[in-house]
Amino acid sequence: MLLSINDLSVRFATAAGTADAVASLSFAIEEGETLAIVGESGSGKSVSALAIMGLVPNPPGRVTSGQIVFRRRNGSTEDLLRASSARLRDIRGNEIAMVFQEPLAALSPVFTIGEQIAESLRLHQRKSHADAMRMAVRMLGSLGISEPEMRARSYPHQISGGMAQRVMIAMAMACRPRLLIADEPTTALDVTIQAEILSLIRQMKEETGMAVLFITHNLGVVAQIADRVAVMYAGRLVEEGPTKQIFSSPRMPYTSGLLASVPRLVTDDSPLVLSAIPGEPPSPLAHPRGCAFHPRCRYAVKGLCDTTPPPLRDLGNGQAARCLRIDEIVGGAT
Amino acid sequence: MTGFLFARLLRAIVTLWAVLTLVFVLIHATGNPIAVLAPEQMDAAQRAALAAALGLNKPLLVQYGVFMGGVLHGNLGVSYYSNTPAMPLLLSRVPVTLELVGLAIGTAVAIGMPFGVFAALHPDSLADRALRGLSVLGASVPTFFVGIVLIFVFSVLTNVLPASGGGNIVHFIMPAITLAFFRIAFFTRLVRSSLLDSLSQQYVRTARAKGLSEAMVVLKHALRPAALPLVTVFGLQFGQLFAGTVITETIFALPGMNRMALEALFRLDYPIILSYVLVAAGMFVFINLVTDVLYGVIDPRVGHAR
Repeated sequence: MLLSINDLSVRFATAAGTADAVASLSFAIEEGETLAIVGESGSGKSVSALAIMGLVPNPPGRVTSGQIVFRRRNGSTEDLLRASSARLRDIRGNEIAMVFQEPLAALSPVFTIGEQIAESLRLHQRKSHADAMRMAVRMLGSLGISEPEMRARSYPHQISGGMAQRVMIAMAMACRPRLLIADEPTTALDVTIQAEILSLIRQMKEETGMAVLFITHNLGVVAQIADRVAVMYAGRLVEEGPTKQIFSSPRMPYTSGLLASVPRLVTDDSPLVLSAIPGEPPSPLAHPRGCAFHPRCRYAVKGLCDTTPPPLRDLGNGQAARCLRIDEIVGGAT
Repeated sequence: MTGFLFARLLRAIVTLWAVLTLVFVLIHATGNPIAVLAPEQMDAAQRAALAAALGLNKPLLVQYGVFMGGVLHGNLGVSYYSNTPAMPLLLSRVPVTLELVGLAIGTAVAIGMPFGVFAALHPDSLADRALRGLSVLGASVPTFFVGIVLIFVFSVLTNVLPASGGGNIVHFIMPAITLAFFRIAFFTRLVRSSLLDSLSQQYVRTARAKGLSEAMVVLKHALRPAALPLVTVFGLQFGQLFAGTVITETIFALPGMNRMALEALFRLDYPIILSYVLVAAGMFVFINLVTDVLYGVIDPRVGHAR
């Protein structure tokens, strides 16, 4: 086990009231594994990632309970929520690195690309400025950036979004982390660039054996990259399991709805059907009672789903789902 | 860079020419210096002779030509009262004003910057709210009032600082504080809001994600982008103060450039007034140029270096 999250809750204090962004979330990532967290915006997936990094903006956010246990390179384990800030800084950017959604906004406008990559190396590996710059150039080259010496001297405003994301990956990979957290790394990019970035992350993973926590709302991306999938809804984990299994036999109606809403290429004689989940995700300020998904669920039953919060049930085959009617709707969830 | 500087220099020259022309027209439209200069018992012939001696009898356009020719040679005429060349006379007063302004801005930055950074790092803390309250006070109290209170406390009551005169650094303490008072408050609020904005940017989160210490995050990654609006305002404030210390120089009887200009204005001493305008405008243009160059140094996106 590389990282295990236990009963994590994150709360945001807003002017309109407290929002439960993440509610007793538990999951684990094995060494070398790629886990995708899937969910709509507001489902708590990005906040969970920020919590691992210790970067939940406070105020207004606050981690109210849980443990995030990380196994370090030297074999020791550390609860990231209780580690001293010095120890946390030693792990961040070094053993756990993060790639963000908007690469151009995530890079500092006032330093060159080379300087920004070299900064991690100087900090964590105590390299000299010249050595770190040389390594940064090599890093850029290995990520398929042409003329890396010249690029290293460029500023972020001089490059494209796709290249900026490569730079972000180079920055994250600089210290060969054991866990890479990628928060919607392809969402802001063109489709053709998306594929390149995905294959780049896969290549890095193969080279270094790191684990990847991939956060996305795009199931097409999940199918390409993830070993396992965790589906989040209204701050909770609602279904989890091996990618193939989740795609072929989802057990939670929300997961089925997500899968059905992916546009597919269809053959001549079958019409293109694009189904959408009715309604909108609930406001984190007021999650529905019972199962948070019940107002949008076609299988919801009055007097059951709107009163009893469903437990996460282990289905024994590596899959777990959160639905009260799980036994009644086997296989027919679409 | 040289192309940029050349273009800016050209613009500076045009600006100075426009300012001088405007002021030349304005002061000739507002009064006749002979009426102020000549003793009452002077008769019409004597007055005409005086006007002729000063070149004031010529058509306005000719006077303008003579004046502009003089400007090109660095000669703005002779003061009507002291009978010495106007420009050197005014320039002799510039160091006092420069020292005063430098001390005032320096004090305001030295106090306002750390206050602002502290307030931005602890938003809505007790200290932040106290600083905000103080800065409203600082922004609302007029300069002359601050000056008079300081004189009352430190000269009249305790006699630790001289109330007037120049030459010694001690004479500058109270005037500089007077001028800095409002600007400490102003800079505190400016640094606070600018840094708060920068701290909420995504690249600051990236810097934290790298594992940098909080001090490095603030000093290296947040403060530099936040400095851009500060440089603009510091520059503007310097320019404004350079030509805006009349009240303070008068209250503390400092022999500065602005007091000389005020006296010249009352006496319609054209050469002094025009010299003053040239120096003040020149300073403003120079500061703007420095600000623009600094912009390029701080933020590569401005990039006139390339």
